[in-house]
Amino acid sequence: MSAPPTTVVTARRGALEQLNEVWRYRELLAGLVRKELKVKYKNSTLGFVWSMLNPAMYLVIFYVVFQLVLRAGIPFYAIFLLSGLLVWNLFATAVSSASTSITLNASLVNKVYFPRAILPLASVGAALVHFFLQCVVLLGALALFRYSVALSWLPMLVPALVVLLLLSAALAVTVACVNVYARDTQHLLELALLAWFWLTPIVYQYEIIADRLGAGPLPSWLALVNPVTPIVLVFQRTLYATVSATTEGAPAGIGRMGGGEGLIRILPDASVLWYGRNLVIIGFVSAVLLVLALRLFARVEGNFAEEL
Amino acid sequence: MAAAIEVLGVSKRFRINQERYSSLKERVIHLGRRKPPEDFWALRDVGFEVAEGETIGLLGHNGSGKSTLLKCIGGILQPTHGEIRTRGRLASLLELGAGFHPDLTGRENVFLNASILGLSRRDIERRFDEIVDFSELHPFIDQQVKHYSSGMYMRLGFAVAVNVEPDVLLIDEVLAVGDEAFQRKCLDRVRRFQRDGRTIVFVSHAPDQVRQICDRAVVLDHGRQIAEGPPAEAIRTFRESLLGHAPDAAPAAGEGDEEGLGAAGEGGDGAQPAAAGGRSRPVRITGVRVSHPAQAERRYLLPHEPLTVTVAFSVERPVEGAVFVLAVHDLEGRLVFGTNNLCEGLVFDLAGEGEITFAFDAVPLLDGTYPLTLGVHSRDGGTMYDWLEQEHHFEVMNPTHAWGAVAMRATMTASGAVTVREEDPGPRRGPGGRAELQQEDVR
Repeated sequence: MSAPPTTVVTARRGALEQLNEVWRYRELLAGLVRKELKVKYKNSTLGFVWSMLNPAMYLVIFYVVFQLVLRAGIPFYAIFLLSGLLVWNLFATAVSSASTSITLNASLVNKVYFPRAILPLASVGAALVHFFLQCVVLLGALALFRYSVALSWLPMLVPALVVLLLLSAALAVTVACVNVYARDTQHLLELALLAWFWLTPIVYQYEIIADRLGAGPLPSWLALVNPVTPIVLVFQRTLYATVSATTEGAPAGIGRMGGGEGLIRILPDASVLWYGRNLVIIGFVSAVLLVLALRLFARVEGNFAEEL
Repeated sequence: MAAAIEVLGVSKRFRINQERYSSLKERVIHLGRRKPPEDFWALRDVGFEVAEGETIGLLGHNGSGKSTLLKCIGGILQPTHGEIRTRGRLASLLELGAGFHPDLTGRENVFLNASILGLSRRDIERRFDEIVDFSELHPFIDQQVKHYSSGMYMRLGFAVAVNVEPDVLLIDEVLAVGDEAFQRKCLDRVRRFQRDGRTIVFVSHAPDQVRQICDRAVVLDHGRQIAEGPPAEAIRTFRESLLGHAPDAAPAAGEGDEEGLGAAGEGGDGAQPAAAGGRSRPVRITGVRVSHPAQAERRYLLPHEPLTVTVAFSVERPVEGAVFVLAVHDLEGRLVFGTNNLCEGLVFDLAGEGEITFAFDAVPLLDGTYPLTLGVHSRDGGTMYDWLEQEHHFEVMNPTHAWGAVAMRATMTASGAVTVREEDPGPRRGPGGRAELQQEDVR
């Protein structure tokens, strides 16, 4: 047996040491992700199908509301909606389940040592698995409509997903430890996420917001301040792949504000560089946030056992 | 030998808030009206080393900080000052079944629990059968844990904890819980760990267990380390600390009566009675006499001879309902017998000087030296007036061939096709097979 690792318990720890420790416990991370998934569907007959039913249901509702009732006029609305909704679901599930990850595991936190940051990170991991399951729904929709994605953009999905995970992890770690000290954070968070969802161009198209902002006194880049937006845009640009569409004789709907006659603008008609630049900015911001979140976490985690 | 655990100047402060706000709403509402939190130091500058393979006991009364220290060593709490270095994998028997998820099966929980304790998946797969064997839960391992009884739950938790083969094992008074068979299994396992040369930190407020198990002990008193050394010395200091002050958490009244031998606290897991406040003792033991009829010829008793223990006392002021305690131990620290006047149905109101006599018309013990613990405490067990921990003793010499701890009078007869011849039992022999069974003859 090699020299046993030395554990030092002290009040001072940095973010790097913490990440290092999380890495040492990576098997536990995998185990907790498995546990979260198993527990979620343990006593249900449909099991993992539930993960797919959720976006399918959203799909039906938004399709009825926006296409049939409000006549947004976006062609292949199902695919447009799904490509953004998947991103959102990963983000929202990760953050909201992370918010209770420590308080719900109080018995564990009070009795066993392991890097506590594993708990919110496991929530992100579980959300990632759900994300892949929901992708199946999207693939189904693509196959159903014989829809072709932008093949040349496909590699962009990888950095987009990485940035999404960074951002989710940063927020997950933050809300997890804040919720220990203020238990109503989880309820506040639900409200915030609801508002955030409608601030993100998922059910409507980005161009509406950009146009509105451009027409008003505010700069149009403000639409990109929402860190989820650039990620959603990359997914939409890649999977939905339609920058604009012409509508024939459709009545004026909410989707037609900025467009010309019969032309509906959906996504920014910009190069890969524009999308990539936004992604890099958000990625950088997310990385910084994650480091800050881990530092905050390291400062307060020593008191978890006392607070719970 | 290298140190397995180094505790370096560890202090731990708890903040006691009069009102504790755990929601944002409350925090906002009470903004600016918050009382400053009071500091409570659960540990003050505690420092010691534990060598590899050593078993160390942490002794202290309730609230002395021993469990806090154990949690710090385990990394569950972070010390406010100082640091603790631990070498190797650490597991603790204070979290039996912690982290079991009721909805998961026993098998899934074993994997999860073992990975929480730091085992890799491959390691767990290798040890899985052993864990299940140890827990004796073969038929139920694929059932959800929520259908387990609490005993099964504990067995599985214990099986996981001991089978992760930790380099350092932390034990927090688990030996006080569970049924006897489980306790024996625990103790067995602890001894095996000791033989394997693993390091053990053992927390207890039962000095007997510490005496039996530990190589060394650290005594904590109100967060301060007041002694570190061989168990016998540490236990004496621990007893003295109990006499010297009144712990702030007074034990519940009646606990002493309930246990019969409450004040002795030996082997029991009840709270230790608080000592009289300050140094003044309302009741003092001024002398102890241990006598038996043949003491003129020999120092020792023979089995079934009578014994008299007389305790002389004096009081500063009249005391109502004083309880005099006598406890007999053996040299391994096991409690053999204990009684007090309440057990005998007597209540003593003391007014001046006097003597209390415990008289036994027969001591049914075989060979050995039996230390005596004598004490006097208040009726509710809450105040300990005086205490003499194993300062007196008596000896018993066994002239017969019988062995064991207790002298039982046995008479053997035979019936049927047996021819009975009488024979001299010959020189003494130790315990052996059935063939060596000899007739007990106490005279």
